[in-house]
Amino acid sequence: MAKVLMKGNEAIAEAAIRAGCRHYFGYPITPQTEVAAYMAKRMPKIGGTFLQAESEISAINMVYGVSSAGLRVMTSSSSPGVSLKQEGISYLAGSDLPALIVNVQRGGPGLGGIQPSQSDYFQATKGGGHGDYHLIVLAPASVQEMADLTVKAFDLADKYRMPAMLLADGTMGQMMEPVELPEECAHSVDKPWALTGTQGKREHNIINSLYLVPEQLEEKNLERYERYKTVERDEVMYEEYMLDDADVCVVAFGIAARVSKNAITAARAKGIKAGLIRPITLYPFPKDIIRKTAENVKGFVSVELSMGQMIDDIRLAEECKKPVTLCSRVGGMIPSPEEVLKAIEDMEGGKF
Amino acid sequence: MAVVFKKPEALTDAPLHYCPGCTHGIIHRLVAEAIDDLGILGRTVGVAPVGCAVMAYDYFSCDMVEAAHGRAPAVATGLKRARPENIVFTYQGDGDLASIGMAETVHAATRNENITVIFVNNAIYGMTGGQMAPTSLPGQVTQTSPYGRDVKTVGYPIKVCELLSALDAPYYIERVAVNNVKNVMNAKKAIRKAFENQVEGKGFSLIEVVSSCPTNWGMTPEKALKWVETDMIPYYPLGVYRDKSKEAE
Repeated sequence: MAKVLMKGNEAIAEAAIRAGCRHYFGYPITPQTEVAAYMAKRMPKIGGTFLQAESEISAINMVYGVSSAGLRVMTSSSSPGVSLKQEGISYLAGSDLPALIVNVQRGGPGLGGIQPSQSDYFQATKGGGHGDYHLIVLAPASVQEMADLTVKAFDLADKYRMPAMLLADGTMGQMMEPVELPEECAHSVDKPWALTGTQGKREHNIINSLYLVPEQLEEKNLERYERYKTVERDEVMYEEYMLDDADVCVVAFGIAARVSKNAITAARAKGIKAGLIRPITLYPFPKDIIRKTAENVKGFVSVELSMGQMIDDIRLAEECKKPVTLCSRVGGMIPSPEEVLKAIEDMEGGKF
Repeated sequence: MAVVFKKPEALTDAPLHYCPGCTHGIIHRLVAEAIDDLGILGRTVGVAPVGCAVMAYDYFSCDMVEAAHGRAPAVATGLKRARPENIVFTYQGDGDLASIGMAETVHAATRNENITVIFVNNAIYGMTGGQMAPTSLPGQVTQTSPYGRDVKTVGYPIKVCELLSALDAPYYIERVAVNNVKNVMNAKKAIRKAFENQVEGKGFSLIEVVSSCPTNWGMTPEKALKWVETDMIPYYPLGVYRDKSKEAE
């Protein structure tokens, strides 16, 4: 299929439609508003629903309603708006409902700014709302991946009956690149739990996250974490780049990984063997490859658009066997290849 | 022998958890009778609130979902948009609908969302043990207004039917009560109409049911029903606040 030139946010929207999503609920916020604008144009033409909700809270609860009815559904927002959605995300997780939530991150905390950031890593990967739960978290690093991982997120959400998050950032949302859009495909996942109306043929289905008997609630949590174990075993995705002979391993996702690749090329030109692990799934986190890599490198450099959030997961994965340094810019700033190169050189030279 | 009275099909056999003298049981029954009468049980989906009726999902025999506090109209919007052929209702209390969920309520109404909202107003937060509600009366003593609701510092009660009928969109809004037989019969008619409207695709219908809470009002059930008559209904007048079928005539 021919490639088309698209903005990241629009690629998400078109890919979602092609993945069978016919219901979108959102609320305007920069830098993700193009997703809503695209859906507003397309959905009425294909018999779908675009609804601008009165708030992010309402939008996520509309998502909860459609998912309860057994259909593919999504919402998108940016950092402050995603904070508002956390209540609903916790309820989706607690009711074992699949859905796609897109976070095109901007700088924070508070109202923050409108430039790119990765500072919602903790919120996305550790739960975000109240209670014990995880989302499947996918981190695209190109417009192509904005499309591909959107489809993947719907599939994984349905497979494991859990909400999935596409954790992008303002750069990914706003940049234009050629993209090969996924084929339109029929998605008929069997959902016997869905609220379709009993049609007089079965007992009533109940979708609920309330269990007042502690033994029952504990059982529900244990069941859910058994499912998470399978996710952690089977669904880890990452990219290796020049890792085979690397002395310094950069770990970065999204836009930070793209900057890091330039820095790695520059380092190699100077004779420093640097390589990259780019997590594509942030939950499940690619722990094994990081642990294995720790045996062969001098240390790791975590490149992030945050004050250092993923760095904790790197340290846990490599069990503090090798040093890990942070190379980061925040507030909407992006580390330059030179800054990343400096961090690689410092690690190579033992200066940290 | 001829059957003259039986449990509606739309109710399960689960014993209700409500306090003695609470009128939720009556209102549940009226909702279930409306569903039975219209023959829509197999395609009805109910949305339970957070509050006293949180476990309504166990009591209605249609498909049920439990929403976050105040979010029932948004969840119902999703359910209805996903499967427009289904009949979707919410069952909410005063804290749920008129306090934390006010935005969801107003916006579902102004979209004329084709759903049915059953709003139970008993002027108190029951499930948490009797705190002041957005509909608690001026001077009403509750756990969080121990000296009586002081309108100078916490404001006046919210009259939901009056407020929503200021909007152009909603199709049907009526306030009823269940404190005596006559009012129960009126409430039955109103609730049935609210479901009928949805079946006919007319749009948003809200029935406010002025209800009692003997436990948290600190009254006997009998005295509580009297208080509905003497104090609640004068502040919350019963009647039809919006009926677009009449406007069309």
